[in-house]
Amino acid sequence: MTPLLEASGLARHFPVGTGRARGMLHAVDGVDLVIGRGESVGLVGESGCGKSTLARLLGRLIEPTAGALRFDGADIGGIPLRRFVGAPDRARIQMVFQDPTESLNPHFRVFDTVADPVRRLLGVRDARTIDARVARTLELVGLTGDFAGRYPHQLSGGQKARVGIARAIVVEPELLILDEPTSALDVSVQAVILHLLADLRSRLGMSYLFVSHDLEVVRLLCDRVVVMYLGKVAEAGPTAALFAAPRHPYTRSLLAAVPDPERRGPPPPRLSGSPTSPIDPDPNRCRFENRCPRAQPICATHIPELATVGAGHLAACHFAEPQPTQRET
Amino acid sequence: MTPAALLDVQGLSLEFRTRTGVVKALEDVSFTVAKGEIVGVVGESGSGKSVAAFAIMGLLEDTARITSGAVSLSGIDLLADGRGALRDLRGREMSMIFQSPRTALNPIRTIGRQIEDVLVRHGPVARKEARGRAIEALRRVRIPDPERRCDAYPFELSGGMCQRVMIAMALACDPMLLIADEPTTGLDVTTQAVVMDLIAEIVADSRMGAVLITHDLGLAGEYCDRIVVMHAGHVVETAPAAALLARPSHSYTRQLVAATPAAAATIADLASIPGGMPDLRRDDLPYCRFEARCALREPICGAEPTPTHVVGAGHDVRCWRPA
Repeated sequence: MTPLLEASGLARHFPVGTGRARGMLHAVDGVDLVIGRGESVGLVGESGCGKSTLARLLGRLIEPTAGALRFDGADIGGIPLRRFVGAPDRARIQMVFQDPTESLNPHFRVFDTVADPVRRLLGVRDARTIDARVARTLELVGLTGDFAGRYPHQLSGGQKARVGIARAIVVEPELLILDEPTSALDVSVQAVILHLLADLRSRLGMSYLFVSHDLEVVRLLCDRVVVMYLGKVAEAGPTAALFAAPRHPYTRSLLAAVPDPERRGPPPPRLSGSPTSPIDPDPNRCRFENRCPRAQPICATHIPELATVGAGHLAACHFAEPQPTQRET
Repeated sequence: MTPAALLDVQGLSLEFRTRTGVVKALEDVSFTVAKGEIVGVVGESGSGKSVAAFAIMGLLEDTARITSGAVSLSGIDLLADGRGALRDLRGREMSMIFQSPRTALNPIRTIGRQIEDVLVRHGPVARKEARGRAIEALRRVRIPDPERRCDAYPFELSGGMCQRVMIAMALACDPMLLIADEPTTGLDVTTQAVVMDLIAEIVADSRMGAVLITHDLGLAGEYCDRIVVMHAGHVVETAPAAALLARPSHSYTRQLVAATPAAAATIADLASIPGGMPDLRRDDLPYCRFEARCALREPICGAEPTPTHVVGAGHDVRCWRPA
C-alpha cells in the first residue's frame, strides 16, 4: 500500500541579508519523510531547526525550493500553491497552529470559524448541512452548549485550542499537521487536549504529524519520531526504540536534557555551544560536528547519510552504533 | 520553621481592585527560603505564584492591596519600609529574572551597558570601573568571549544567551535572594538544562537563596530542595521535593503529578484535572478553593476553614483529608 504522504529531498531555502552579507538560509535541506495511513509521527528538534518550516511545506502552505511531495500516490508538490488552495486535496491535509489566540480570527464567532472551511473547501452551500456539520464537530471536540455564538476573546486557552482543532477536522482530513498545539497551555489543560487528540485519531482514523519540542508529549502520542537538527533529519525510528536506545549523539543529548526529578548530584553532560549558522552551511560537514561529543576528523569532511540502524530505525551519524549501556533488546 | 530563614513570607493576603470586583489573589500564603536553598513555587496559571513574587519584590501595581501578612528578608520588613528603602534593596539584595528575556532587556542598549547601569545604580561602582565588572559578570554566566559580547545588542543574541545576560544582571550585585519567574519557559530543553544547571551552581556557590517559579513539576523536582504548591491563591502543600513527588498528599498535587506527561507510561495513564479555578472575585468563595474540582470533597470542605496538617518532616498540607 502506498504511504499517505511521502516527501523526498524536500528543501526550502530563504534568501537573507544584502550586499556582501547575502546568503541562503537552509531552513529545510533535503528531508525524506514518510507518513503511513493512520500513523502518528512526531517531529522534534530545537527552535530554529526547521521543524515548523517542514510542517508548513508538508501542509502545502509554502512552496518548496526543491524536492517532491506525494500525497496518496499523487504528486502534489508540483501544483502551484494558488491552484492547490482550490484543489480537492486541500481539504485532505489540514493544520492546527501553535498559538490558539493568534490563529483565530477575532471577528469570527466560533461557528463562523468552523463553518468557513466547510464552505470554502467542500463547497457546501446548504445552511442546514453546514449547521449540522459544525454542531457535530463542536461536540466531537467537547464544545457543547452556547459556544458556537462566542468570539475568541470569550474563550479560555483550552477552549480556543479546541476551536483550532475543530476548524481543522471539520472537513475530515486524512492528515492532520499539528504545530506545537499544546505549548501555550497549562499542564492540566494540556492533558485534556492530548486525550482529545488521541481519542479523535482512534475515532476518525486520521494520520498525525505532531510537531513539538516536548519529547514527553511526543512519546505519549506518536508511533514514530523524527528528530531534526539544522534542517536535516538526524534520526528517525519507532518511538519505543528511539527513546530506549537513541543512536544519534544529538538525540541522546536531547533526551538527557529532559528534566528528571529523580536526579540528585552532578548534572549529566550537556550540549555546549550553539548550532552552526544555517546560512550557506558547508555541504560536506556534519551539521552537528561543532557540538558533538563524539566528533572525529571524518565528520568535518564527510556529511553522514541517513542509514538503517535497526528495524525502521535510521540515523545520520558515522558513529551510530548502540551505546554499550543502552543495548537494544 | 528554619530559624535562619532568609526570606520569610507569613500569612500574606492580597487583593486586586478591578472594575468587576475585588480579586482575592492571595490568601494566607506562607513559606520560607533559607540560605543556599532553592524553593520551587508550582501551580497553574492564575494560581498566584507570580503575584507572590511581585509582592516580595515590591513590584505590584497600584490596584493591588496587601490586606494582611508580613514579608521579611533576613529580618528587614519589606512591607513596612517606604518605597525608597525598597528600591535600594531591590537589585542589590534581591533581584528577579523574568520570563521572556528578550522583552525584559532594553532593545536599544548594549547588554554590557545594561549591566553597568545596574552596577552603578545599586553597587558602589563608578562608571569607569563598571565595564570591567560587567565583563566579569558575563564571564560568570559563561558567555563565551565576554569582552566582545559586552557590546552586543539583545537582538544579536539567542534566547538562551539573553537569559544568561538576565542572570548576569540579576547576580551583578551579589544579592541574597534571587527570584526566577519561569526562567526557562520558551527555551529549548537543551538550553533549559544549561540555564538551570548554571542557576543551581551559582546558588550553591554563593549561598544565596532562590525562588523558582514554574509550572513544570519535573523541573522543580530536579532543581529545588523544597516545593510549594499553589492553587487559586492558596498554598495547598509544602514539602521537600523528593517527598512531594513520592508522596503527594493534597489531591491537587496528586492530580498535578499525574497530569505531567513524564509521569505517564501511556496516554491512558495521563490524568487530567477536571474543571477550572474558581472565580476569585466571588464573595462566597468556599474555604477550600479546590473543593469544586476535588474527587474527595466532603460537606465540611466548603463550610469550615481548612486546617493545615503536618504529614511528614517539613511536609504541610492544607486539607481536611490528607492522604
